[in-house]
Amino acid sequence: MNNKKLNFKGTALRSSDIKEKKVLTTSWKPSLQYAWDDGVAIGRYLKELKNGKIIARKCKKCGRIMIPPRMFCELCFRPTDEWVYVKDTGIINTFSISYVHWDARRIKEGEKPFIPAVIEIDGASEGMGILHVLGEVDPEDVKSGMRVKAVWKSPEERIGAITDIKYFKPIIER
Amino acid sequence: MGKRRVAIVGAGMTKFVRRAQETGKELAYEAAKMALDSCELTLKDVDCVSLGTAPDAFDGVHMKGEYLSDGAGGWRKPIMRPYVGGGTGVFTAIHGWLQVTSGLFDICLVVAEEKMSSCYPHPAGAFLTIFDHTTEQPLKPNLIWIFALEMRRYMETYGISHRDIALVSVKNKKNAMDHPCAQIPQEITVDDVLNSEVLADPVHLLDISPTSDGAAALVLASEHIAKKITDKPVWLDGVGWNIDTAYWATRDLCYPRYVEKAARMAYEMAGIKEPHKEIQVAEPYDPFDYKELHHMEGLLLCGKGEAPRLTAEGVTARDGNLPICPSGGLLGVGNPIAASGVMKICEIFWQLREEAGKRQVPGKPKVGLAQAWGDLMQVGTVVVMRR
Repeated sequence: MNNKKLNFKGTALRSSDIKEKKVLTTSWKPSLQYAWDDGVAIGRYLKELKNGKIIARKCKKCGRIMIPPRMFCELCFRPTDEWVYVKDTGIINTFSISYVHWDARRIKEGEKPFIPAVIEIDGASEGMGILHVLGEVDPEDVKSGMRVKAVWKSPEERIGAITDIKYFKPIIER
Repeated sequence: MGKRRVAIVGAGMTKFVRRAQETGKELAYEAAKMALDSCELTLKDVDCVSLGTAPDAFDGVHMKGEYLSDGAGGWRKPIMRPYVGGGTGVFTAIHGWLQVTSGLFDICLVVAEEKMSSCYPHPAGAFLTIFDHTTEQPLKPNLIWIFALEMRRYMETYGISHRDIALVSVKNKKNAMDHPCAQIPQEITVDDVLNSEVLADPVHLLDISPTSDGAAALVLASEHIAKKITDKPVWLDGVGWNIDTAYWATRDLCYPRYVEKAARMAYEMAGIKEPHKEIQVAEPYDPFDYKELHHMEGLLLCGKGEAPRLTAEGVTARDGNLPICPSGGLLGVGNPIAASGVMKICEIFWQLREEAGKRQVPGKPKVGLAQAWGDLMQVGTVVVMRR
């Protein structure tokens, strides 16, 4: 048997085939909503974000200070031991400059790109980072290793969500 | 009960296309039927079915395994659906292997299907829900973000340029020109990649595999049965799988340790001591060009940060010393998530049987490897195959 002799099935459609109704489609636009419970560890994390603070959780056995906090240590597989406040500053581990929205739509002409980054939070164990976005910085000025600080929404605006931090901005070293 | 040796005796796949007229069920049928025909078996000979398909959100069908089951040959048979995101294809073959090696069944039909085109306006949107619902989703991440973040970390750790990485896209899309099922076979240059649209820097449009519809299938058989079915069985001699934490931002993205762990498990089982010397042809998972390099390193086919040099030197070309993705990979053939992992096993199956036609690598390879990867940059699934 040789690949050349094989008969591979599958029929490619063009967008025009659908527009011109050469093939018929059925569509559905779901309207689903979910309310996710915040959980024990993340619940406290969110409460502290509302207070303008970042909290982590420590495992005394391996010594790790973990963010996002968790009630069990997945390495030692035992309960974590205590809450530890960490700083709202950190270091950019890696970043991207994104011209696409979550659903692959392109940003509009003139609109600023998103700058998602992994930020290693000061006070957490080495390499413990979170996903967030950067602001108050030109994309071309962003570098890995840059020190950054959280920019918070005002206390009245905060609701207990990761978005209570508007973004992280570079710390200008003096 | 010890492990029984398991062979692949048949393979089949559909064309990979951006949007197929066929339903997922019809695609699954075409691939499964082709695999059975290729080894002259019928559904009656099949004892059990392992069915792989990735997130239900693509199809909007929330019992996709059951919906696909009759197309996949599972009608009134023991059928199971294993799932690990993008790693699902190879994982499904491993799942089939488990069913046969255990002695529970003699012949297992492995089918993987994906129909991503049903999701509007773009299947990328369905990936939002893989991110943590409380700590990440409110930031509205696009799937490409995590690849961009990982790619930059990989580049900066080892001093790799985008130009080095783009060579993979050039190679794989060109290899795909010889694959009759390929969705985007293309002859492009490194500059074409670098000049293509920036989606999430450093990721450009031509660094990425397309979204696709398609299916692929394998027939697995226990040793004594396999030898009756074909005089060219391809043995599944090593399997490995491993998963890291979903807290992906809390580990170093420069190296896929979970892939290494999966590979070590498979190598030990297959008696491979020096993978860089013993593996003769490989299909590591390449949804993005840098991922092929990342995975070559995780699979211990070269040292950390060395894969770009091997690529530049032509070692990974189809006629090189270690051909990588001779099929054209996901970058060229297409990426219907679960089906693409099985497509990679099909390719190694055809390569080891010297049935790959124009894609055939020289030197009559005896040992090959296929690997898939997925979830939140956290799972590795590996098979080592021998003729």
